[in-house]
Amino acid sequence: MSVKVELKVTPDRFLPHRYAGASGDFNPIHIDAEFAKQVGLPSNILHGLYSMAQVARACTQAAGGDPRSLRRLSVQFRGMGVPEQEITVSGEARESRDGVAVVALTAEQGGKKIIKNAEAELREL
Amino acid sequence: MPVKADAKGKTYPPHEYEVGLEKIREYARAVGEDNPVHFDRERAKAAGFRDVPAPPMFAVVYSAGAVGPAVLDPEVGINFAMMVHGGQEFAWGEPVCAGDTITTEASVKDIYERGGMGFYVFESVSRNQDGQEVVRGTWTNIVRGV
Repeated sequence: MSVKVELKVTPDRFLPHRYAGASGDFNPIHIDAEFAKQVGLPSNILHGLYSMAQVARACTQAAGGDPRSLRRLSVQFRGMGVPEQEITVSGEARESRDGVAVVALTAEQGGKKIIKNAEAELREL
Repeated sequence: MPVKADAKGKTYPPHEYEVGLEKIREYARAVGEDNPVHFDRERAKAAGFRDVPAPPMFAVVYSAGAVGPAVLDPEVGINFAMMVHGGQEFAWGEPVCAGDTITTEASVKDIYERGGMGFYVFESVSRNQDGQEVVRGTWTNIVRGV
């Protein structure tokens, strides 16, 4: 299986609020711009696990859409993601064995990596 | 000062989570899923699922109640002002579907210091009502300036 992964998504201004409700993570650095600035951040930032979910979605889409195709995903979070700026997830299969592709991935935003050294195992279904 | 690693190996009480269809839909919408199997019961069953399946990363929703208390445990002793979520891994098994009851157990897998930073690694194992493993998570929190 030759796998090339690419996904572009621009989270809107209120995405961190919707993700907070959906996930239950209401840390104010994600939903309160004033609080975020007080602790030295540029503004409220994306949840890292939202960004990881974009990597996961990019993987299942590349494998044909079935959520069962994603067997494993590991990521390292770097820097921070922000709303209203495009995120690009990209990846390529490193090896493929017994119908399982090992894919190396990154997610970047504004030329900076927000997820690096990500690795997914994708099964052909 | 070296990090305190006494809590390494500590386990926490199991946490139960009942998976609701509308919660799956809410989560799927928030992360931008557009595969109809995450919204429509008929489409899900036609694709061979027992009921509407959660997107893989929904694992954070049903695991949080188990991992949260471990991360907050004073015996682990994380300095939250200096903590960042450094890394995350999930290995998935049986799909999680609406109507499932997921039980998650968390433990402190490792605590160590490297390059002046403290690494606090937690593991979570989640099983469904039939005892099948649905996900195994590895959560790495990094504390700067230990």
